[in-house]
Amino acid sequence: MAIIDLANPTRFIALVNRVLPWLIAVTVLLFAIGLARTMQAPDDYQQGATVKIMYLHVPAAWLGMMAWGIMSVAALGTLVWRHPLADVAGKAAAPIGAAFTFICLVTGSLWGRPTWGTYWVWDARLTSMLVLLLLYLGVMALYWTADDPNRGSRAAAILSLVGAVNLPIIKFSVDWWNTLHQGSSVFRMGGSTISPSILIPLLIMAIAFTLLFVTLHLAAMRNEILRRRVRTMRLMQAQELAEAHS
Amino acid sequence: MQLIGDNLRCVRGGREVFADLNFRVASGEAMVVTGRNGAGKSSLLRVIAGLVHLTGGQLSLDGGIPEASVAEQAHYLGHQDALKPSLSVAENLQFWAEFLRIEGSIEIIPALQAVDLQPLADLPAAYLSAGQRRRLSIARLVAIKRPIWLLDEPTSALDVASQGRLAKLMRAHIAGGGMIIAATHGPIGLDNPRELQMGPQ
Amino acid sequence: MSAFVSLLKRDMRLAIRVGGGALMGAFFFLIVVVMMPFAVGPDLGLLSRLGPAILWIGALLASLLALDRLFATDHEDGSLDLLMMGDMPLELVVAAKAVAHWLTTGLPLVLITPLLALMLNVEPKALGPLMLTLVVGTPALTFIGLVGAALSVALRRGGLLLAVLVLPLTVPVLIFGVAAANTAIIGPTPFGPPFTILCGLSLMSLVIGPVAAAAALRHGLE
Repeated sequence: MAIIDLANPTRFIALVNRVLPWLIAVTVLLFAIGLARTMQAPDDYQQGATVKIMYLHVPAAWLGMMAWGIMSVAALGTLVWRHPLADVAGKAAAPIGAAFTFICLVTGSLWGRPTWGTYWVWDARLTSMLVLLLLYLGVMALYWTADDPNRGSRAAAILSLVGAVNLPIIKFSVDWWNTLHQGSSVFRMGGSTISPSILIPLLIMAIAFTLLFVTLHLAAMRNEILRRRVRTMRLMQAQELAEAHS
Repeated sequence: MQLIGDNLRCVRGGREVFADLNFRVASGEAMVVTGRNGAGKSSLLRVIAGLVHLTGGQLSLDGGIPEASVAEQAHYLGHQDALKPSLSVAENLQFWAEFLRIEGSIEIIPALQAVDLQPLADLPAAYLSAGQRRRLSIARLVAIKRPIWLLDEPTSALDVASQGRLAKLMRAHIAGGGMIIAATHGPIGLDNPRELQMGPQ
Repeated sequence: MSAFVSLLKRDMRLAIRVGGGALMGAFFFLIVVVMMPFAVGPDLGLLSRLGPAILWIGALLASLLALDRLFATDHEDGSLDLLMMGDMPLELVVAAKAVAHWLTTGLPLVLITPLLALMLNVEPKALGPLMLTLVVGTPALTFIGLVGAALSVALRRGGLLLAVLVLPLTVPVLIFGVAAANTAIIGPTPFGPPFTILCGLSLMSLVIGPVAAAAALRHGLE
């Protein structure tokens, strides 16, 4: 099957239906391996077992950011190439990206409790992720508010691109803001070189998270296509009745 | 039952819309209000519906429910459809029927059948065409009984078949002892209505 | 009474169905609160002292800005005309809409407060009193804002006008809301007196709000 065939939503749905069971199986398997390796990974000499939150926290953060990247590419697809699947991809990615960002924030906060003594610190990294979550909520709100899915998706595409351009600036500003105010009390994560005993489980978890994202994203895209079909069919139902009536 | 307008006068935004207006409509009668644009047809209907203050004169209903105002015994079909796009066809109608009911029963399904919208009952109102939206607001008049119908250009956006169906509903309403006051530019299919000419000839 | 319940149900249904309308107020609240530390600085000690004030300002702005379209949509699609033609007094119509609005917008604000309080490092023992002040205070904000919403429909101007009209009227609620919340954190004055006054203000606005809003809507008819 050539990549161009995927442009057709019907073929896309057929493909997704075929691929999805395998993807789910591989994702579950990788999570099992990753979590098992995580259990065996060494504890931190200072933080003890709490450091294992990292194996969830870091991949979630990566995917939270990656989802915005996918949304930006999809936004280009919507605005420049007007690809029929692009805005579906963008719309489906937003809530999933928001969910991963939220997981990152929650795990970060739980990790913060034993290390910092409070659930939340306006640490530069966490704060950047929080702003990212707000941006996701904004894009989702835009999708919800639009009555017409086409118009909504173009507006959301523009917002995604503006966000993509702004994200580095936000990240830089937050770092600057944080160091400006907090000085020596800034918490710095890691610092030491990462040993393979930590790195390998982390990489497995990262791949598992990525596969989870792909699985969820494909399923969400399929659902969105079907949802739009239902909408079209209902519009047609109303129209047919209008014609039969006159 | 008789609706009497005596020496009515209406001023809106500092402009006198109409003055010295007299009319009488009894049960089983229809009155068609004609006149060119800006003659005050819509204002008259809105005055009767209690939506615009009467500047002078007296409006009274003989033989209605004594404790209810004229507006509470009237249905008003204005230019807007008063429908919520995110509610289904049936939910829209059900809400207005429950809200506007004073006495008597609510008849949603017969009302939807009367305007031929029953197959779309569960569809969100957002999907309806202009004509279907209009028919849904007409269904409101059927779903609960109120003796006075105030219709402002009721046939706008309606195709010929729907106009015929509306005419049938109006005749049935009059035959059942109701009264109709309609502002219109052309014939709307009523038999020998009274006529009220507004503004200069 | 059944008309009151149907209107309440309709407005809640609309708020839940239309484009996440109900959640938007909570989002706005979240964003306003998150923006504060960027201006104030990330110092947790300072934030925990300012916490109740920040949360109250956030709740104030979120409840008022969300009210902007309360009557405007009904006015634009002709529903307001029909709402006036029911046998239920307009005051009750307006009150039903306000109650629906509070349940779908004000209540979510109160419910996400613990999360935001956590981020502002508000002491756990202050959380209960803080939420109590918001539960009691946000209905007052909604019912005062109601008057502004009705006036902006009558004057056919939306947006900032509402905030300009209404914000000064909410000053007492803000004073006693924040004061009551602060007594639980800083002491030494008891929680009771400012909280009781807040309850009184809230009850008063429950009465004055609908009457004034209904009068504004009727006046808007000319």
